[in-house]
Amino acid sequence: MSETLTIENLHVAAQHGHHDHVLVDGVSLTLRRGRILALVGASGCGKSMTCSGAQGVLPPGVRVTQGRVLHNDTTVAPERLRGRVVATILQNPRSAFNPIRTMADHARETLRAVGRFDGDWRSRTLEAFATVGLEDAESVLPLHAFEMSGGMLQRAMIALALLSDAPFLFADEPTTDLDLIVQARILDLLDELARRRNLGVLLITHDMGVVARLADEVAVMENGRIIERATTREIFDNPQRIATRELVEAHMSLYPEVA
Amino acid sequence: MSVASLEARAARRRMWRLPIRDSWAVRIALLIVALLAIAAIAAPWIAPYDPDAVDLARRLQGPSLAHWLGTDHLGRDELSRLIYGTRVTLGSVALSIVLILALAIAVGGLSGYMGGRIDQTIMRFCDCFLAFPTIVLALFLIGILGTGMVNVIIAIALSHFAWYARMVRGLVLSFRQRDFVLASRAAGASRVRVFFEHLFPAIMAQMIVLATLDIGHMMLHVAGLSFLGLGVQPPTAEWGVMIGDARPFVWSMPMLILWPGLALLLSVMAFNILGDAVRDRLDPSLHGDHQH
Amino acid sequence: MAGFILRRLLLLIPILLGVSILMFVILRMAPGDPAVAYLKLSSIPPTPSAVAEARQTLGLDRPILAQYVSWLGNAVQGDFGVSHVTRRPVIDDILHYLPATLQLAGAALLFTLIVSVPLGIWSARYKDRWPDQLVRAFAFVGVSTPNFWLGFLLVLLFSLTLKWLPPMGKGGWQHVIMPVLAVSFMSLAINARLLRASMLETASARHVLYARLRGLGDRQVERSHILRNALLPIVTATGMHVGELLGGTLVIESVFGWPGIGRYAVSAIYSRDFPVIQCFTLFLVTIFVVCNLLVDILYAWLDPRIRLNAEAAI
Repeated sequence: MSETLTIENLHVAAQHGHHDHVLVDGVSLTLRRGRILALVGASGCGKSMTCSGAQGVLPPGVRVTQGRVLHNDTTVAPERLRGRVVATILQNPRSAFNPIRTMADHARETLRAVGRFDGDWRSRTLEAFATVGLEDAESVLPLHAFEMSGGMLQRAMIALALLSDAPFLFADEPTTDLDLIVQARILDLLDELARRRNLGVLLITHDMGVVARLADEVAVMENGRIIERATTREIFDNPQRIATRELVEAHMSLYPEVA
Repeated sequence: MSVASLEARAARRRMWRLPIRDSWAVRIALLIVALLAIAAIAAPWIAPYDPDAVDLARRLQGPSLAHWLGTDHLGRDELSRLIYGTRVTLGSVALSIVLILALAIAVGGLSGYMGGRIDQTIMRFCDCFLAFPTIVLALFLIGILGTGMVNVIIAIALSHFAWYARMVRGLVLSFRQRDFVLASRAAGASRVRVFFEHLFPAIMAQMIVLATLDIGHMMLHVAGLSFLGLGVQPPTAEWGVMIGDARPFVWSMPMLILWPGLALLLSVMAFNILGDAVRDRLDPSLHGDHQH
Repeated sequence: MAGFILRRLLLLIPILLGVSILMFVILRMAPGDPAVAYLKLSSIPPTPSAVAEARQTLGLDRPILAQYVSWLGNAVQGDFGVSHVTRRPVIDDILHYLPATLQLAGAALLFTLIVSVPLGIWSARYKDRWPDQLVRAFAFVGVSTPNFWLGFLLVLLFSLTLKWLPPMGKGGWQHVIMPVLAVSFMSLAINARLLRASMLETASARHVLYARLRGLGDRQVERSHILRNALLPIVTATGMHVGELLGGTLVIESVFGWPGIGRYAVSAIYSRDFPVIQCFTLFLVTIFVVCNLLVDILYAWLDPRIRLNAEAAI
């Protein structure tokens, strides 16, 4: 039985005056190591909130009202997940790094946070950088975010995720801000790493092309709820719900010859 | 009714709405300011005694039924002097602010409007003013112009206007680009009309916010300069001077120092509360952007 | 970085020149005839011939530009003329009194920074809870209090009532406490508020979220990702504080009989002793401008975005 991460009946709400505005309405999903699950839906349907809620990093005024997370059938506190069980990569990597600190600083503190920091940290970091395709890893260490391109930064983010050695990865729109060629390369990288390291990946995206490329399974969200679950093949061949069909059709319309 | 003039109307209306919020602090602050205004305007009718009336027989007396706050070292009624002092303190700050706004709008407006070399020159000129610490410049000006309240007002105005002028210039520059100004010009409106309908309310709104935030600060400067003896001359009552006069009696009659200081503290607090409220209402983007 | 520093140093020249020109222009605006004022101070009756002679002595008969140039030339060499009152070279007196003022202002700056930073952090960390309310209340009072009045209150409490500290003068550390407190109270309040606001703003930045997602604990996040970034605006604000503290020191010296330049300046103002007034103003402005320059350089060095771009720009 492989390692699993289960989000069970998660409810997230934002406080607006005297009443709550529900953002995530009873979402449950299970990640398995070695499988990539895509979470898709229109903007604002609650995909990112699910990720944030599960890990306990919601913005002020937003909170989890119900639900829990289980790691191999054991309930885990959200704070314990961060970095150790779940590594996260975000969109727009440029603003995710501290602008006045170097990549080396980020690597060191990441390793410390998950208890993997020792005298070997430098070579391990260089190894991770090399794995993600950052050429001349040595020269990247002293760089700051503003000195690196978007593609490099996304790779660095993935490298930090590798350094934490977490079994699961939440990838929140990892390619949205990148140009097409870089996008393709990053997707290749994610694919390869997920397979090689047997990661359980939750891939959040609104781009069905990314889903087609990477995902084994798909969960479709609308208004904070999961309305359809299926394998990637099934979702594309036989979308059941209207929202799903719209997503698939919108994607297919980009390739008129194929339809 | 063009979009442009609708925007101008809205800006004007925003400017005149009173910042009365449901906050008890703001209400108390308004009350204090109202009391100050009444004291300043109606001093001759409210004050129980003539503030300059010397009565050496009754010097340095504590609070009594006759003199609610006691008498000073010359036997003058402390309460009356406080009330009359309101005139000088508030009046000089008000005049300073009027002068500052006039200078800032003239200099900053001209600079932003003209652009180019004139703009650069004027801004360099302002930078020279900004290179001085405020109090040092005020002291220098008083040193050159001489002591006295008029010169204190001029000194405070000249040492503060440059920063406001920059603000005005910034506003004017940003307005020159704005769509509705260009649209109005394209529609044939004269330059002057454009200025008054659009620019002026926006400039006034921001100036009022900034000035209100600064009133308390300027009151403290005026009081400080007066305390040093550079402001009003005796026997005129002014809170800073009263503190200075009460110096020798810090131990024997501490309340002579307490009352005017307390008056200053409460007034400045009230104006600071109001300044924050006005800012929150009219231009929250200015929060935390104030320098002295 | 060296190039950046050099360029900023060179910028000092036009700034100080501009300041000196402005001062000279303002000088010309002085009411009355300076020659007559000079004679009055020397108790010489202002007969027309005496006035004419005084004008020549003071160099007032030459064209304005020549006056300015010679004044500037002298100033650069440290010659600020002779006090109308004491007849001693102004520069000697200024240099005699200046150190005491700088010591007080410097101590006040140190005190401001040392106290306001922890208060700001504390206030931001416990936002809207009692530590925050307390600091905000204190800051509000601090911003509204006349510093010279506070000085007297401190004397009343600590010198006259409790008899713990000496009320006046300069000597050991006991003499410094109250003046420093009075001078720095307001700047302390402003800076604590500033840091609080800066930290709260930084706390909602994306890099803070990412740090938490990587498993960093709250204290670690506060230290490495909020505080470090939030302190940058404080560095800039320090330049502003220097100006306020210098000004405040000038006033507070009167309260505590601190033997600094403030009292010297005020008496010069009373007696219209122009050379003294010019000299102390120029000195204090120069100090202020230089301090701001140092602050700019420090900021540029601390923020890699500026430091590294500055190097690239050379």
